[in-house]
Amino acid sequence: MAEKVLEIRDLHVTFDTPSGPLEAVRGVDLDVSAGELLGVVGESGSGKSVSFLATMGLLPARARVTGSVLLAGEQLIGASAKQMRSVRGRLLSMIFQDPLSALNPVHRIGDQISEMLRSHQNLSARDADKRAVELLDIVGIPQPGDRARQYPHEFSGGMRQRVVIAIAIANNPKVLIADEPTTALDVTVQAQILEVIERVQERFGTAVVLITHDLGVIARVADRVNVMYAGRNVEQGTIESLFDHPSHPYTRGLLASLPRPGKQRLKPITGFPPNMLNPPSGCAFHTRCEYAADICKGEMPPLVGFGDLQTACVRAKELPKSESFV
Amino acid sequence: MFRYILRRVAWSIPTLLIVTFLVYLALRIGTDPVASYKRINPRASRAKIAEYIDVNGLDPNFVQGYFKWLKNFVTGEWPRSIKGRREVWPALKDAMANTLRLGSAATVVGIFFGLIAGVLAALRPGGKRDVFINTSAFVGISIPPFISAIMFQLLFAVYWQKWFGESLFPTSGVYPAGHTGFDLFLMLKFMALPTLVVAIQIIATYSRYMRSSLLDVLNSDYMRTARSKGISERRVLIKHGMRNALIPVVTIAALDVGSIVGGLIITENIFSYPGMGLYFLKSFGEGDFPLLMPWMVVIVASVLFFNLIADISYAWLDPRIRLE
Amino acid sequence: MSKQESTVLSPRQMAFRRFVSHKAAVASCIIIGLLTLFIVLAPLTARYGVNESVQAPPNSFLTPRAKSWLGTDDIGRDLYSRLIYGVRVSLLIGLASAIISVTLGALVGAVAGFRGGKFDDIMMRVTDLFLAFPFLVTLLVVRNVLGALPWLRPITGDMSSVRFIIVLFGLFGWMGVARIVRGQVLSLKEREFVEAARAVGASRRYIITRHLLPNSVGPIMVALTFSVVGAIIGESTLAFFGYGPQAGDGATSLGILVGAAKGAVQTGYWWLAVFPCLVLIVIALSINFIGDALRDATDPRLDRGV
Repeated sequence: MAEKVLEIRDLHVTFDTPSGPLEAVRGVDLDVSAGELLGVVGESGSGKSVSFLATMGLLPARARVTGSVLLAGEQLIGASAKQMRSVRGRLLSMIFQDPLSALNPVHRIGDQISEMLRSHQNLSARDADKRAVELLDIVGIPQPGDRARQYPHEFSGGMRQRVVIAIAIANNPKVLIADEPTTALDVTVQAQILEVIERVQERFGTAVVLITHDLGVIARVADRVNVMYAGRNVEQGTIESLFDHPSHPYTRGLLASLPRPGKQRLKPITGFPPNMLNPPSGCAFHTRCEYAADICKGEMPPLVGFGDLQTACVRAKELPKSESFV
Repeated sequence: MFRYILRRVAWSIPTLLIVTFLVYLALRIGTDPVASYKRINPRASRAKIAEYIDVNGLDPNFVQGYFKWLKNFVTGEWPRSIKGRREVWPALKDAMANTLRLGSAATVVGIFFGLIAGVLAALRPGGKRDVFINTSAFVGISIPPFISAIMFQLLFAVYWQKWFGESLFPTSGVYPAGHTGFDLFLMLKFMALPTLVVAIQIIATYSRYMRSSLLDVLNSDYMRTARSKGISERRVLIKHGMRNALIPVVTIAALDVGSIVGGLIITENIFSYPGMGLYFLKSFGEGDFPLLMPWMVVIVASVLFFNLIADISYAWLDPRIRLE
Repeated sequence: MSKQESTVLSPRQMAFRRFVSHKAAVASCIIIGLLTLFIVLAPLTARYGVNESVQAPPNSFLTPRAKSWLGTDDIGRDLYSRLIYGVRVSLLIGLASAIISVTLGALVGAVAGFRGGKFDDIMMRVTDLFLAFPFLVTLLVVRNVLGALPWLRPITGDMSSVRFIIVLFGLFGWMGVARIVRGQVLSLKEREFVEAARAVGASRRYIITRHLLPNSVGPIMVALTFSVVGAIIGESTLAFFGYGPQAGDGATSLGILVGAAKGAVQTGYWWLAVFPCLVLIVIALSINFIGDALRDATDPRLDRGV
């Protein structure tokens, strides 16, 4: 296996809300290897975005973050603001969900890219502008020279997302975090954006973390998958094994609720995501799990190797074997 | 951009005509210029009255009268005031100069400190500093200018004199009685209190605008993008935050000219400061139509002018407007 | 599970919570409540009548003392008692004119926002112009015009009457309200429930009265509070410059009392300036705070943890 560029250990994020402390992330462990494309999947509120915003150091000050995040051996939790600034945009960069609002409406596209370049590289303004045009070309924007002088409102949603990607890869980061990069886009545009991300990953050897709630997206591009539920990871493994024999009941439920050709009815997961102000005891999924037993309400199950998957379910061994979703 | 400005300028000319017509109507109905002329000049001959009606465009037909007035106004044949038959232009010019001085001093001071206070408040919403600035701004907008004017006069002049033998600031006029020539220091001393009264209003209003506008911006996605670039917080705030935050502030500013001038009128009156406000209240009280109409034109024109400035700076700040 | 449910609040409950968390607004509510109680019980709370002297002459310009807590005016009347009667008139002016202007403004704003097109353009241009004009100038000119139209006399009453002031501010204040309601309607118009109502063929009037206005209650309430302050301050400004209601029949208003402050500067009778001004500031500040908290409470978008 390739070297690990990002190692997250026992990450906790707590927000103080008017209704009391809300623990959005409750002990996440996660590794990203160089050059791989890791999919992180979960419902909204499962803590997947928050985990990586914490990694970027972009959470508001009222969020309390503990645990360990090592980026190429460098500890990011508790790092100074200056240290984080030097990491952000250089080693670690991020693509956001809504390309319509992610770009500053009053600055030219080219300037927004060269700002990223010049904040970490010693480039002249002219060289930065030239490089910005190249980057626009890389992400597949036609006539990049002219487009660089335009403003965000002159770009379509898909084109803007390409610009956001160009900004994110400007300094050739080690890890690129893509937070629901296709959710706000049309289906046809989604495929194009995924292609751009894959191309970037292959061309520059960037490790990509693709956060999404859409298993279809994961299935298309990810090497490995990490499933999150209620602020914890419940299962992880390679894309093949996870789709072939998911062992955590939540993963099974997710896969069973996917529409597939030839399948008669979808089988949704019953119930609602837990209230994170007051999460269920033990395995948080037990309130919705068809295999739940008393033991599930006891302690939070850790991730345990189970075949070629890692699964956080105490009953994983006893459960009937799942159908394959390949 | 150039065409945008041109279109705006072209728009303001018909607006100016329509509004001055409305003002003409309102003054004729509201003040009855002929009656006030007869009241002030009870022994005026019939011929004098007819001449007064003619030169002011006070025909019974409002539309005809307006155009007559307009023609005289544009060709520079301005009628003299009904009281004392003074020439209007010199009086208006002096009043404009004085008000411009007071107004721009107050506006510069007010906007400068208002924006700074707003930014300081927005940077830590809910913090002690924010609560302090926000509450002070609230107190500021809740105190009508005539009250703060009176309180300042009581404190810095009347009671200062009682306690320390000499008042800190003078409370009326531009110069002491009998003073001639230009004296910057003396002028500033006379301007201090009225400037402060108007500036407090502006600071209070603008700090609130700036705070809420900047808060909106700070929570926006592109600020997060900017932070994710690893640039300094200062640069994030100034380059990405301020320009966006100023866009709505500029729009509101155009609508605010009226309340600033309104505050000036009140303040000038209380401090007997010989500007546009004092001019207006005096001539309005006497129903002096020949003095009032040019004053109104100046006010309407400057309201339109500031609107234009706001539109232009709005377009300059926001590329989305520019290309429309 | 029960705890989980208790944290789910209806929008109204959440609005109430947000309002209550605005401490200054809660204090303001108490102040305005006490004030209202005071003026409603005026015959009991006031120590003297409006035009009653504190004692036989010499009684003018007495400094505050046991017999007259806040001092007396030029003809020996008790300032404290007169303030109670004055606030009564001023609050009446504020409330009555605010109701008129909010009703007018909400209707005009809703129709303008809903219909759009020419009507909207013209309405907004007119309100912009009015708002951009120095308010005191407009107020004085409009006041004279209203007073000069004889056919309005039955509605407005005499130019120096309280009724005239109420009508004046009622007609004057609708423009700001219209802008606010128009903005709200414009954004509501695109929402699904309005589209749905339109799709099933609901009439314009039905949509405006059943969907748009009820959903604009928050902004309208906010506009109402600011109109009240506007009218109270406006009345005292007019009175200060001698264009307010006249103190006929022994009536008084906050404006008339504040107007007397002008003279106090030269004479040094400070209590005549300080107390009426203070009362005016406290009222304006309290109502402004209430309006601000209402805005925060009814507009979840503005949830900024303050």
